[in-house]
Amino acid sequence: MSSNGIRDRVAIVGMGCTPFGERWDKGVDDLLIDATKDALASAGVSLDDVDAFWLGTLSSGVSGITLSKPLKIDYRPVSRLENFCATGSEAFRNACYAVASGAYDLAMAVGVEKLKDSGFSGLTGIRPVGDGTDAGLSSPAAFSFLAPSYADRYGVDPDELKQVMSHIAWKNHRNGAVNPRAQFRKEISMETITRSPLVAGNLGVYDCSGVSDGSAAAIICRAEDAHRYTDNPLYVKALSFVAGPGGGSIDPDYDYTTFPEVVRSAEDAYRQAGITDPRASLAMAEVHDCFTPTELVLMEDLGFSERGLGWKDVLAGTFDRDGELPVNPDGGLKSFGHPIGASGLRMLFECWLQLRQEAPPERQIATVAGGRTLGLTHNLGGAPGECVSFVSIVGPERTD
Amino acid sequence: MTDGIVSWGVYLPYWRLRRSAIGASLGGPAGRGCRSVASYDEDTTTMGVEAARRALACLDGPVPEDLFFSTPAPAYLDKTNAAAVHGALGLPGWARAYDMVGSVRSSVGALRTARAVAGDHRSVAVLSDLRTGLAGGPEERDSGDGAAALVFGGGDDAVAAQWVAHAGTTAEFLDRWRTPGETDSKVWEERFGQEVYVPLVHQAWTEALKSAGVVAADVDHVAVVGLHTRAVGAVRTSLGVRHEAVVADRAVTVGNLGAAEPGVALADMLERAAPGALLALVVMADGADVVLLRATDALPAVRESRRAAGLADVAVQAAADGGDLPYARFLTWRGGLLREPPRRPDPERPGAPATWRSTPWKGGFEASDCRSCGFRHLPPARVCLRCRTIDEMDRVRLADVGGRVATYTVDRLAFSLSPPVIGAVVDFDGGGRYRCEMTDADPDAVTTGTRVELAFRRLNTAKGVHNYFWKARPVGAPGDAEVDGGGNA
Repeated sequence: MSSNGIRDRVAIVGMGCTPFGERWDKGVDDLLIDATKDALASAGVSLDDVDAFWLGTLSSGVSGITLSKPLKIDYRPVSRLENFCATGSEAFRNACYAVASGAYDLAMAVGVEKLKDSGFSGLTGIRPVGDGTDAGLSSPAAFSFLAPSYADRYGVDPDELKQVMSHIAWKNHRNGAVNPRAQFRKEISMETITRSPLVAGNLGVYDCSGVSDGSAAAIICRAEDAHRYTDNPLYVKALSFVAGPGGGSIDPDYDYTTFPEVVRSAEDAYRQAGITDPRASLAMAEVHDCFTPTELVLMEDLGFSERGLGWKDVLAGTFDRDGELPVNPDGGLKSFGHPIGASGLRMLFECWLQLRQEAPPERQIATVAGGRTLGLTHNLGGAPGECVSFVSIVGPERTD
Repeated sequence: MTDGIVSWGVYLPYWRLRRSAIGASLGGPAGRGCRSVASYDEDTTTMGVEAARRALACLDGPVPEDLFFSTPAPAYLDKTNAAAVHGALGLPGWARAYDMVGSVRSSVGALRTARAVAGDHRSVAVLSDLRTGLAGGPEERDSGDGAAALVFGGGDDAVAAQWVAHAGTTAEFLDRWRTPGETDSKVWEERFGQEVYVPLVHQAWTEALKSAGVVAADVDHVAVVGLHTRAVGAVRTSLGVRHEAVVADRAVTVGNLGAAEPGVALADMLERAAPGALLALVVMADGADVVLLRATDALPAVRESRRAAGLADVAVQAAADGGDLPYARFLTWRGGLLREPPRRPDPERPGAPATWRSTPWKGGFEASDCRSCGFRHLPPARVCLRCRTIDEMDRVRLADVGGRVATYTVDRLAFSLSPPVIGAVVDFDGGGRYRCEMTDADPDAVTTGTRVELAFRRLNTAKGVHNYFWKARPVGAPGDAEVDGGGNA
């Protein structure tokens, strides 16, 4: 297998992101218009300047017309993509490749999801008609296997692991509390988190990400053209995406303490970007914290922590906003919210703000001023044992 | 040539509702003992499957070629429930399956038909009933849920009990009735039914004894079965048999099992009788049937093989103390309490073509083993997960193979008629892993390493389609090896 990457060949020159949350006042069309309008303004271009569009949404619309109709796009290519919870990242990845290929000068990636209109709690399925044998555990249940397996494998006391999970929720709520776009803008005490009602396994309500509405968009051009649009572009250093064979739930060797798909996509991305020590190289990471044990396991799968020691790093504050490597400084899925198709682009939006030092002072991370320049986004779709994983690395400096 | 019963299986569900719990809730008298209750995910089809699996578990030789399924509470009309049983048992396509839907009497019809067609091949009668009644009524209190299966054979088959004689009578009169869709029977004044039934039984009894060339005193065990409690009592004392020959029923421990009762009573006698003993089954339902059977010298060996297979006797199952079901849950399961559903979408109806294509998996829990590396796939796969070899697989049925819980979770969000859902990752003996729902389990009692077996259950019902599939059930529920003290490979 070869994954050659397109390091420094394309750049993000504009981004937009709506506030996430229960947006009763906005429909899918409104969210799309809000996010793309901001992205276009941010790049200083008009809709007519964009040559092609990639729209990511899990269940809020089908076909490119979901985007072309509200925006009144005049006869240009619009692709609609879906790749579970990594849908937004997948829209971004495809737009980047289209520009890198030379096919288009300017492309837009946009993600949107309107989950709250369904009236249901949590996510609802989009599965085709089947034989009815898929037991269909809820998402929190499918991810809840991680915590006891991790505790068991590394000899962590279950109560202590619960503290680790609560710390992750506490940190992400604390980060979201100062982010005006976040769904939950309130700090939550450790005690409240730990004692929240159980949803699945030992996952409480506060161990689960927010179900929300929202949209985010990015404008992408060839790297050499970037300064025509902005003084501060973000260059794409790496894009990796893998789909696993989906056999974890039938493989007795799989122990629910890792996502092999994440390990593979991270290795690929680091190779593309030339990174050997991610913990020391990255200024920040936006990771797929759909449930608190997911973020814990990701710290190890992404190479930020040694195997079996991620829980200690979490407790030590390594990944807090003022820590050695801030993880989810915008609040993450946990408190920023998780409108499926928009999340991958929302992660990039935080890189866009932080790496270009445009985040407000009260939440600007110190690592950037400290000289680190690279941001990582990680987006996961599926469940332990059966998932897709995306990793991107972006930075404001072009090395070639 | 001898012909008769070669094997049997009885399934009494795990749950028991104490009659005192009904009284405590409704303010009536406490009531004695308990009744068996099919779980929220069981129906007469799934219970029939479990009984038939048990009947076949200890049976060597050919599979039954004819299956007769009798119940007054069919899961479907205009769709053959026996076909679902056939599918779950993994019977070959050329084996026939028929429903006999109706009153308790249909069960005798199923037994007689199965016996009549057996000879050069085996056949099986599956009798199943699920009885609900109205809250606080005698039907709810005194009935139970359960199923029995009896395999018939002839020719050279090792018959455990030889069919000796049958005689029957029929009378059209208004004793007990229920129209389709209702869950409670209506009955006429009890003394009227008794007056009609007793002579009908005596006529059949005399005829059966005469045709067998025996007298009442020759009968070693007699079970008297019927939903008319008063008539059953009157018949028991008037057959002219020795006092000790009358076999006790399970009214106190599980209740009257309705259409399953004739099969359960037969099984109970087969589990008690000595070789050579003469057994009589008396059934009252709109007439009377008397069946006479003679235990053979092969009976002890059959019982031994049942023990080796870990099958519990009727008496052991009936005495099991299962679950202590709260009355409110019983009412919820039976539709007597309309509960607030979760804010989740209704389950999707399975698609007919997809279901048909996956029959070996959905019905028989078939896995595929890679010929190249041996990796076992659940459900069957064409491409090997481990070595990627394509289309080199051998199919193997795992429905009857036990396993242990590798890890599990309690899902309080997933839709269920009886939340919370327990999701378990099960490692099967001899290889294979699958994640499925658990049933008949206490969330607080499940641990990593819990021994489980598969149970055929109804996952949900959507748009009138019952979605049957397998769940994992802790070993130790009634009928399992640990209760019986038998081996458990």
